Amino acid sequence: METRKIDVPVMADLFARGEKPEYLFWVGCAGAFDDRYKKVAKAFTKILTHLNIDYAVLGKEESCTGDPARRAGNEMLYQMQALQNIELFKMYDINKIITICPHCYNIFKNEYPDLGGNYEVISYIQLLQKQIDEGNLKLDVSSLDNVTITYHDPCYLGRANNIYQEPRNVLKMLTRNFVEMGRNKSFALCCGAGGAQMFKEAEKGNKEVFIERTEDALKTDARVIATACPFCMTMITDGLKYKNKEEEIKNYDIAELIVQSLNL
Amino acid sequence: MIKQIVFAIVFLITIGVFSYTISRIIRFFKLTKPNFPVKNIGKRFRVMLEVAFGQTKIFRRPVIGLAHALVFWGFCVILIGSIEMVLDGFFGTERILKALGIIYNIISASGDVFALIVAVCIAVFLIRRVFMHIKRFEGIEMKRISHYDANIALTMILLLMLSLLGMNAAYYQHQVLLGEGIAGTYPVSFFLSGLFSGLSEEAISHTYQAFWWSHILLIFVFANILPYSKHFHVFMSVPNVFLSRLDPLGKLPNMEDITREVKLMLDPEAAFSAPASEAPVERFGVKDVEDVSWKNYFDSLACTQCGRCTSVCPANITGKMLSPRKIIMDVRARMKEKGPGMIKNGKEYTDNKSLIRDLISEEELWACTTCNACAQECPININHPTLIIDMRRYLVMEEGSAPGELKAVFNNIENNGAPWQFSSEDRLQWANDIEMKIN
Repeated sequence: METRKIDVPVMADLFARGEKPEYLFWVGCAGAFDDRYKKVAKAFTKILTHLNIDYAVLGKEESCTGDPARRAGNEMLYQMQALQNIELFKMYDINKIITICPHCYNIFKNEYPDLGGNYEVISYIQLLQKQIDEGNLKLDVSSLDNVTITYHDPCYLGRANNIYQEPRNVLKMLTRNFVEMGRNKSFALCCGAGGAQMFKEAEKGNKEVFIERTEDALKTDARVIATACPFCMTMITDGLKYKNKEEEIKNYDIAELIVQSLNL
Repeated sequence: MIKQIVFAIVFLITIGVFSYTISRIIRFFKLTKPNFPVKNIGKRFRVMLEVAFGQTKIFRRPVIGLAHALVFWGFCVILIGSIEMVLDGFFGTERILKALGIIYNIISASGDVFALIVAVCIAVFLIRRVFMHIKRFEGIEMKRISHYDANIALTMILLLMLSLLGMNAAYYQHQVLLGEGIAGTYPVSFFLSGLFSGLSEEAISHTYQAFWWSHILLIFVFANILPYSKHFHVFMSVPNVFLSRLDPLGKLPNMEDITREVKLMLDPEAAFSAPASEAPVERFGVKDVEDVSWKNYFDSLACTQCGRCTSVCPANITGKMLSPRKIIMDVRARMKEKGPGMIKNGKEYTDNKSLIRDLISEEELWACTTCNACAQECPININHPTLIIDMRRYLVMEEGSAPGELKAVFNNIENNGAPWQFSSEDRLQWANDIEMKIN
């Protein structure tokens, strides 16, 4: 099959040519550096290209939103990051931001406004839902029909921002075999990585949170565990490895499932 | 007339003791820090109607939630009857609200039915607490005294309901025996009145008076015990819901002091134009109870230790030390411990202890994933994660204390703009080789 290389547009290049894209695609640190999650960033880029969305990334100019610092108590470092990012956004006159990471989404949407950064912040899940609603993104419900899919709610889309239905709507466009875990939506159990836990050993206990959550997913007998957050992905993938299930059960981001379905 | 005088004296004593208690609590509140301004009154009323009067969050556990909702709604209806008793006590009247006519029939009938329903539900709660092993009621923070506290309050409510039913039944029998009209409708007590069928006119009259007095005295005693009990919840939960934080659960409050400092750092020129801050430099974050906000303290007084927060906490479920319920209980306990000293000797008073470390360990604080399951679950909208983050803020910004890995994360973010140690020069490498199939 023929392929073509995607050149991801970079904000600074466009700016130099006097152009301005409609959206900033905020890749996030995990999209840029986490080997597994880079694939999600790529998958979403393909979707953006497929949908002809006018976007650019910040590339080397992108810097941590400050979320892990803030939730680990380092308000000083968070605000340094945030105020510098806000300055950068101002320079490029950015007012619409698409995020794939729910932690970045939450902090832009809910916390940057306190520091003067007001943007239309769009989670990729909301973008997908809108594109489906408008008829631009056509999905074939039979494409992944032979796999049962369950969905793990990321805390920062779900409880933090009440985005429960959109990811389910999208997944139900991909398969008729969508199953819920026992604990779902606002009752969903955290993967264990939020609040900067991602970057440290867990405190002493009798179990890892990600194992508890992976067990929830395994109980559904789903073949695919869909996630929508880089940290959840790390945790669930680790959980599957721990349970020796990584061969038979796969953990994909919703963006990757769409790419599979559309064969992009 | 004697009854009226005695009642007035008892009532004044009740109000006196209650006012003393409340004035002490208000003085504790004055030790706390400001928090969000209470605006959006309309929205607050909606939240109160929904979450408090609609009991929406308690129904997240439908079965036992229904039992609680029935008790709550029962209290609301029965409260009208209690107010009537106070009026009767003062004016020497008998069922003064009967002037309401048909409405009085509805009020008295629902109060009578609810008294039975509440009694049954409370009995179920007591059986659950005493005989069943409910994990939610256990935990390191649930000391023997917490269980006594719960059982005493439940027993008092049970007695309140039994005395109410007894009073209604005796009233019914009394009126029947004297051939007088019955004010109101009493579907349950109508049946119970048979218990008193053998009594003489005088005996039934005394029985009625005995029930009347025991019910109203129980209410007065109960009201004065509550502020010292976890069941202060009965008074504090509806206002606590009204005073809910209205922000999305994911949003942390901004620290304005830090914003000022950071802006000065990023733009030193501004240092000359900005007026010097008059307020003394305060501690960053929460170390001890004088650093908590009025809302944190309000939360702690409204908490009834139901443990729904802890039962959904991922850290607690997997055996870590963190229990969100304990964090809230510790705030109240610490205020009780240190508050009186601060009232007497000023806010600088120290007893060489603090909320962090003496009551709440660092291990507990670092175990939180900020997943907000606790805040989502709390039936009265207590917010635990913001308080946990405030304590982390103290540890990190005042003491420089954090787990080693997190210090490395801070360094990485500061030096290369990512929590991992990768150069920002490499930020676009992921996009080097994206090959898209042409369908």
